[in-house]
Amino acid sequence: MKIGASSPGGSLPDKRCGPTSASAGNNPAEAVSSLATQKGQDRPEAELERLAKSLRRHIITMIGTAGSGHTGGCLSAVEVLVALYFKIMRHRPQDPRWPERDRFILSKGHAAPALYATLAEAGYFPVAELPTLRKMDSRLQGHTDRTITPGVEMSAGSLGQGLSFSIGVALAGRLDSKDYRVYVLLGDGECDEGQVWEAAISAAHFKLDNLTAIVDHNKQQLDGWCSDIMNLEPLAEKWRAFGWQAIEVDGHSIPQILSAAEQARATKGKPTVIIAHTIKGKGVSFMENNLEFHGRAPNAEELAQALKELE
Amino acid sequence: MAREESTREAYGRTLVELGEANPNIVVLDADLARSTQSQMFGHKFPSRFFDLGLAEQNMIGIAAGLAASGKTVFASTFAVFASARCFDQLRMSIAQPRLNVKIVASHGGITVGEDGFSHHAIEDVGLMCSLPGFTVIVPTDAVEAAQAIRAAAALLGPFYIRLSRPKTPVIHEDGYRFVLGKAVTLRPGRDATIIAIGVMVALALEAAHRLREIEGIDCRVLTMPTVKPLDEEAILQAARETGAIVTAEEHLLQGGLGSRVAQVVSSHQPVPMAFIAIKDVYSRSGKPAQLMERCGLTAEDIMDGVRGVVLRKARQMAFRLGGR
Repeated sequence: MKIGASSPGGSLPDKRCGPTSASAGNNPAEAVSSLATQKGQDRPEAELERLAKSLRRHIITMIGTAGSGHTGGCLSAVEVLVALYFKIMRHRPQDPRWPERDRFILSKGHAAPALYATLAEAGYFPVAELPTLRKMDSRLQGHTDRTITPGVEMSAGSLGQGLSFSIGVALAGRLDSKDYRVYVLLGDGECDEGQVWEAAISAAHFKLDNLTAIVDHNKQQLDGWCSDIMNLEPLAEKWRAFGWQAIEVDGHSIPQILSAAEQARATKGKPTVIIAHTIKGKGVSFMENNLEFHGRAPNAEELAQALKELE
Repeated sequence: MAREESTREAYGRTLVELGEANPNIVVLDADLARSTQSQMFGHKFPSRFFDLGLAEQNMIGIAAGLAASGKTVFASTFAVFASARCFDQLRMSIAQPRLNVKIVASHGGITVGEDGFSHHAIEDVGLMCSLPGFTVIVPTDAVEAAQAIRAAAALLGPFYIRLSRPKTPVIHEDGYRFVLGKAVTLRPGRDATIIAIGVMVALALEAAHRLREIEGIDCRVLTMPTVKPLDEEAILQAARETGAIVTAEEHLLQGGLGSRVAQVVSSHQPVPMAFIAIKDVYSRSGKPAQLMERCGLTAEDIMDGVRGVVLRKARQMAFRLGGR
């Protein structure tokens, strides 16, 4: 079977496969967003909102084109990614392994499309590459692969492992007297994994104040509501009991995320976790809090409807 | 017998030497530093040593993060925990990204003794060889262990080095030089080849000596410290020149040295083979020597294996001659 040509997404009109960002050029070959060339730190808030909407369009188009993927948990993480890559983090898209960069580790590897869309908009690779998601020989694997995608710090997809990796990166920063900061995004369902709590104990033990974890608390996991499958509450209290500073924010409010990140930066002697209260499938009415879209792609009709909502 | 030293003592000593020369080396352990001997590094370089407590999965992830940030990382615990306990972490965080982490696992095999099956790593070599990108080494003695650890530190990429708990005879002379991926001929011979690793090497030499003295069977003895990648050339040369091979390892039959050697032999130069290894069962508490006897890992077992393959070789030859 020729996977590339006959994949379910192959039937979609070609124009959907190109860059959907209003800010991207008309020529897909030169589709590095103009946003990417700007300094993130001085970008006005309205522009960040527009960027978030553009990321959502990328995400559902990519997953729709691929014919599979985890739509809900990508859409819930958009504002966190926008805040990190376009406001908080020090990084150089043209030099992905710049030693002084702040690090972002995606522990919830199934949100890879959201990260790819962010990296493309930031300028790590062309936006035109996004529709290759999950296709044979693409650099955009179903779950992240550190070895082939510019800007991807860690291979992920088997949950519960990113926080440990991030601790190693944070310890190395301390050993080398570097001032970079380490950000890691976990899912709430992911916090069922025991390794997350092994890691949480050790990050506090090592007083890693250069480490900030963010939990995308969208309240759902594959089999249902987290509270029904494996209740994590009180989640913030658990992190505090493990020695962390825990800050709860509306995970779709960029100002709240920025303020929490600032508080994390100012806090010495302990790591910080930002519990980002989010909505799974955020931004598309029929995907919001709809368990069906945890691990399924929109069909052509749903994709068209969703894109209309995100105009 | 000559000098004895455990391979884990060689590890601790070598780590300190490496740490002095290279400030980029970081060492991790999971609450077994006093046993694995990584504590020797910890005492000397406390800022570059992290004891993660009883959390092997977390240790592997942290090792990966440090390695991704440019460190040469050694991570140690008992072989049974270093392999099976955190296998997915090894797969996701170290093997696939090919990060520069050296898993040095002490207490391999059943010579751990009295602690019983929970502490007897008998699957670890097979598990670790199954991970793409990993180099797997089972040193013969303390001299070779020290050199293998240095070789691992000098090369980028994931390594698994399996060490033993008890003091074992030092077989290699001081001038010995370990070469990664190369077998070592400890004794020449024409009638059959014994390929042994780890604590089985001394037994293989004893078996070869007795077979020569008593029965006139002339055995070649090879050690294969690099179990992955195998020295295929040495294996095929042994198959061609001696026509019969016996492997000996302190590990399960499936997935270990024997099955890996058999893959090479059966693909290119089929000859009669016998496998001295642990059959499909778990062991129990006991003194190391008692356990080795119970599991069929003695010099006598190796001798039986050699007699068997030599007989089969002779029969095959007779059949071929008769056929003419």
